[in-house]
Order: sequence, then structure tokens, then C-alpha cells
Amino acid sequence: MTNFETVMGIEVHVELSTESKIFCGCSAAFTVEANGHVCEGCAGMPGTLPALNRKVVEYAIRAGLALNCEISKFSRFDRKNYFYPDLPAAYQITQLYHPICKNGHLDILTEGAKKSIGINRIHIEEDAGKLVHDSWDDCSLVDYNRCSVPLIEIVSEPDFRTAGEVVAYLEKLKSTLQYLGVSDCKMQEGSMRADINISVRPVGAEKFGVRTEMKNMASLKSIARAIDGESARHIEVIEAGGTLCQETRRWDDNKNRSYAMRSKENAHDYKYFPDPNLMPVIVGEDDIRNIRETLPELQEEKKARYIREFELPEYDADILTGSKHLVDVFERTVEICKNPKDASNWVMTELMKLLNEAQLQPEDMHFRPDSLGEILLMISEGKINRSVGKKTLAAVLETDILPKDYVEQNGLLQVSDAGAIEPVIREVLDQNEKAVSEYLGGNERNIQFLIGQSMKALRGKGDPQVIRELLVALLNDRKKG
Amino acid sequence: MTSSEKSNGNDPVGIDAEQIEYLEQLARIRLTPDEKVRTRRDLSSILEYIEKLNELRTDDIEPLSHTVPMAPVFREDRAVNGDRRIEILRNAPEQKDGCFKVPKTVE
Repeated sequence: MTNFETVMGIEVHVELSTESKIFCGCSAAFTVEANGHVCEGCAGMPGTLPALNRKVVEYAIRAGLALNCEISKFSRFDRKNYFYPDLPAAYQITQLYHPICKNGHLDILTEGAKKSIGINRIHIEEDAGKLVHDSWDDCSLVDYNRCSVPLIEIVSEPDFRTAGEVVAYLEKLKSTLQYLGVSDCKMQEGSMRADINISVRPVGAEKFGVRTEMKNMASLKSIARAIDGESARHIEVIEAGGTLCQETRRWDDNKNRSYAMRSKENAHDYKYFPDPNLMPVIVGEDDIRNIRETLPELQEEKKARYIREFELPEYDADILTGSKHLVDVFERTVEICKNPKDASNWVMTELMKLLNEAQLQPEDMHFRPDSLGEILLMISEGKINRSVGKKTLAAVLETDILPKDYVEQNGLLQVSDAGAIEPVIREVLDQNEKAVSEYLGGNERNIQFLIGQSMKALRGKGDPQVIRELLVALLNDRKKG
Repeated sequence: MTSSEKSNGNDPVGIDAEQIEYLEQLARIRLTPDEKVRTRRDLSSILEYIEKLNELRTDDIEPLSHTVPMAPVFREDRAVNGDRRIEILRNAPEQKDGCFKVPKTVE
């Protein structure tokens, strides 16, 4: 039996997080109200002229520099012509012949080994609108809000061999672009979309097999499943003596299989030509230098610094720096509480646990970045204990309440005054004679139970240290007495 | 031999009947047999006219990307347009639920 290897290249579309669209002054923000962010320009009306958004070029160059690309001093826009109702002008403005960035690479880690993935090009283009099929009315409804939202398309070389490599690349790309602040990269919401070009060939063969392009994967998990499913299909067809045809296929994640998309004859003749309404983009050395100077510390540098400066374990540093959103919370927390290890532990354990329970991604957190630091500060100052801290963090994550307000409104300030704690403990001891006599009889583990009961009587706000000390003292008194 | 030498005015060259049908498909239009003949003649004569440029020697001339020598014009990234859905939707042939309503289109 022949052994096959899978060969893949990836095209990633990323929506840039600019305030306005690429060629007009409409808002590029996502909104639920259909056609609320549309003008004559992005609705493709005759007689309108495109005016290029400066920030789009700047963001594309930022991405190109972070992905080690050559930045083109001269790039230009072309029209890609096709008829589809989500594209009101009947052409998409893109960069076919002279893309803004070329020949880069991104290094990924898989199974402990480093691999460099080639970036063929990054080009700028505009997004299309959204089409909803109305089965009641047997018609399609078009919302042009997304039309002309700026995109960059990042095209890799066919350097991938496993689904693991693809996932590692997409994760790295996502974190890099989030660090750069050029996109929020939310796959579920479609601001980052990956199409996978996939083929198989016998191990050792030089020639690539026939490739198919897979679309419609809304998560990394579904991408991994699509790769496994599609490469298995290729091998099956080849081994049965059949022939594959080069086509675009839609992945159906529920049915775990792909379907050929209906593509009309000649649908791929896009009749590209330079857009006469747009001037070429000329980028000077100075422009590139200025942008390079504003590049932030990226994941690898940051991870190395966390290990060196904060003495965090490599695993923790890796998880933290894997998401710009976790980094933002972590760094602000360190600034406030001045305790990197504590801050890391809280993010890695408590915050991650809460996110997992709520099935949220780090980018779905919407609380003041200062809140976790303030909670840790309250703990270290003895104002609240750790379990109240955890409760407060859960409340902050849910409603973005100020930690101070939550603690005050719920009367959770720590009671560490021995005078206030002692009568409560005496009562607990009186009510739990069995546990007390067992403790006095030598079963010292019962102290934990008594601490728990005391904490409960103090409604969770007691200072555990003070409780333990008082308990031991009072129990010793009884021993003697 | 240039195309002008080949052409005698009655028999259009440079574009054949098959290409006209291909263009019909790409442009999503339908031509009558008579229109096909005329379109073929018109497009051929346009091509022939453009062919003239091939007679020029351009070996040592840098390709031109635009006819007007101008610095690129940028727009600053500001969302200045308000919500104009009512006005914009007036341009829709038909509308439904705040959307442009079009014949059912499935890729």
C-alpha cells in the first residue's frame, strides 16, 4: 500500500480593525442593523470614486514587517470582475499584480520542532457584503455593511504537511496580528477566515497532486477535521483508481464531509485589470522605518522576557503570551500589584477556569483591565481573603463591576480583628463537640473542618490566618483545661 | 504582418464567433444573431485600432501605471458617514427586512 503525504497551503483573509471602510467614510464596525453602514460608494453606485484609507496601507505594512516580508515600494490595485449580488459594483478591488508585501515567513513550533512557513504574499482588498437566503420567499437578501471593509489576504507557500502545523500557524498568525493591533481575528465572527488548499501525493514524490480548496471552516477544530476528512477523501479516490478534479469545496462540519460548490462554467475568468480610479501606492524607506519603529514586542520576545524577568515557567509564559488579551490583563495586573508570579497564577488558574466554565475565549473578556490587579492588591493588603477574591473576579468577568464596589455591596471585607472572630469561633467549638473532642484526642486533621465551619459562620470573609491561630489557641486552652 | 494589413473591412479579424459567445457569458448578456455580427465587427475594429500601438517600439520605456503623474491621495481613517439606510435602500429594486431583495442566488 502506498503511503501518502498531505501538502497544504493556506490563504487567510483578515478584516482590519480600522474605524472606517477602505474606500469610503462608512463605519467598518460590525453592526446587527442591515445596511446601516452603507453609502453610494460601498453600494457600488455608478459615478462614485474610491479614496484609499491611509491606515489600511499602514496596517498591511505592519503585518508584512511582522511576517518578515519585503515591502513593495510600488503596489497597485486591480479589479477582479464577477457577478454576484454580494458585490454590488460587480468587481472587487484587490491587488493581483503588485501586492503590498512579498516573500516573508512565519516560524511555528509543532511537536517541539521549529518550522518556517513561507509567506508568498500579502495583499490588500475589500470585503464583500453578506447574502442571506430567504427560503420563505425564494429570494436572497443582501446586507452591504461588510462591503468594502478592509481585508488583507495572507497567502502561504505549500509548506504544510499536517493539520497540527496548520493549527499552529493559524494560532501564531492570530496572536501576531492581535499583538500588532491590526485585527481582532475572531474566526467565529468571520474577521479571520482560512481557506485551505490541499492535495496528497505518495511519500517521496516531487510532483504535487490535484488540489482542492476548502472553505467554510469557522474554528480551528473544524479546520483540523476538514483537513483530515478531505485528505482521506483524496486518498480514497486515488486508491480506487479515480481522478480528482481541481475545485472549491465547502466543508460541512456537522456531516463531517465536504461538498463541491456549484461553480458555473468560466466562473474563474475574472478579467483582472488595473483599477483606473486609484493611484498606485508608493511607499518610501522612511515610511517603512517609521512603521517598523512602532512595532510592539511580539510573542516570542515577550515570552522570553517573562521567563527571564518574571521567572515564570515556560509553560505559563507560553499560554499567557499566546493571547494578546491575556497579556493585556496580565501586564496591567503586574503594574498594579507588583507581583508577577501571583498575577500569572491568577490569570492561569482562576481567570482561565472562569473563561472555560463560561465557554469564552480570552478575546470575549470585557472588563476593566485594572480589576484583577485591584483584587490582588486587596488580598495582599488583607482587605479580602483569596476565596472572596475569586468570587469578586467571577463577578467582574460577568458584569464588569468595580471590585471595590462588589466587596462593599456584598459586605465581603475581610474580618481579621481577633476581637470579632473569637466569639464566632467559641460558638463553633460549642456546636461541634464531637470534632473538638476528636481533635483533642489526637486527630489534628479535624482542624480543617473547624476552620471551614468558622469561615462559614463568618460568611466567608474571615482572615484564614487569624482563624487558624485563634482556633489553635482556644483548642489548646481546652486541652489544658 | 500586422492586423491592419490582414483586414479588408468586410471580414473582421482578431475576434471570432466563439469568443463573442464567451464574452456574452462573462457579461451575462444575450445577443441576437444580428447583434452578434455587429458586436464582432465593432470589437474587431476596436482591437485593430489598439493593435496600432504594437507598432511602436517600447523596449526601453518603463511601463506606465497611470496617465496622470500624481502622488497617491489618502483619506484619513475616520467614519464620517452616518446611517443612511433609508436613502440607500431606495435604490434597491425591491427590499425586505432592511435588505436589498434579489433573485435567489446560491453559489
